[in-house]
Amino acid sequence: MTRAPSTSTVAIHDEYDIVHVRHAAREAASTAGFSLVQQTKLVTAASELARNALVYGGGGQAEIAVEDLGGNPTVRMTFTDKGPGIPDIEAAMADGFTTGSGLGLGLGGAKRLADQFRIESVPGRGTKVEISMSVRRSSGS
Amino acid sequence: MAGVPIVNLNGVLLVTIQEELLDQSVSEFESELTEKVVETRARGVLIDVSVLDVIDSFLARTLHDIAAITSLMAARTVVVGMRPAVAITLVELGLTLPGLLTALSVEEGLSLLAPSPGPRRTALR
Repeated sequence: MTRAPSTSTVAIHDEYDIVHVRHAAREAASTAGFSLVQQTKLVTAASELARNALVYGGGGQAEIAVEDLGGNPTVRMTFTDKGPGIPDIEAAMADGFTTGSGLGLGLGGAKRLADQFRIESVPGRGTKVEISMSVRRSSGS
Repeated sequence: MAGVPIVNLNGVLLVTIQEELLDQSVSEFESELTEKVVETRARGVLIDVSVLDVIDSFLARTLHDIAAITSLMAARTVVVGMRPAVAITLVELGLTLPGLLTALSVEEGLSLLAPSPGPRRTALR
């Protein structure tokens, strides 16, 4: 893949936007040349994080970028919201932790599905979650 | 309206999901289906998810809940046609959905739901 990195931004304001984020993630995964299983994992992670941004963060946006990291096509997705933030990230990452109606698998699940996962949250200011997935999984880095 | 057609096939409610659903539609579908189980005294529910290329934790939880709810109403739920990539993803997500009956095709699902010979809901005459 030699094309220039492409980025799309999807606003997350309502449930339709969760579907829009899924579609954008699917397109990016297909552009990057992901296998069907990888595509499914990426789209599922996107769905979890978009719902989190909507339900807990009161909305926000998803930025989805296809990058060519040293010839290893990678999709990077960044979800930001200006919600109440997460006071205890460690607790929020644990399976089964939920303050809403979900199963509490959103954050932990997205982390397991992705190659890389990063979360920053400032109480009162919002949350930013970034995940990335590459065609060739990074091992031990 | 959830927009998910529910067809009664001799006591089994056949539900074919036809497109990607909104969260709201998923919730409406759950209540519509459970009401229909009571209304039709169905002994089974067959949910065909073969069209879905993604099942996230919200939809998976709903499928699991529907199975639990219908079982309290003496009906069994079978989820049919889950795609391999979806199954792999759900397990990685941590959702093994124990207790959820599954089948690969509608036919196999129907045979799982065949009437049992026991006295389970014999009409009083």
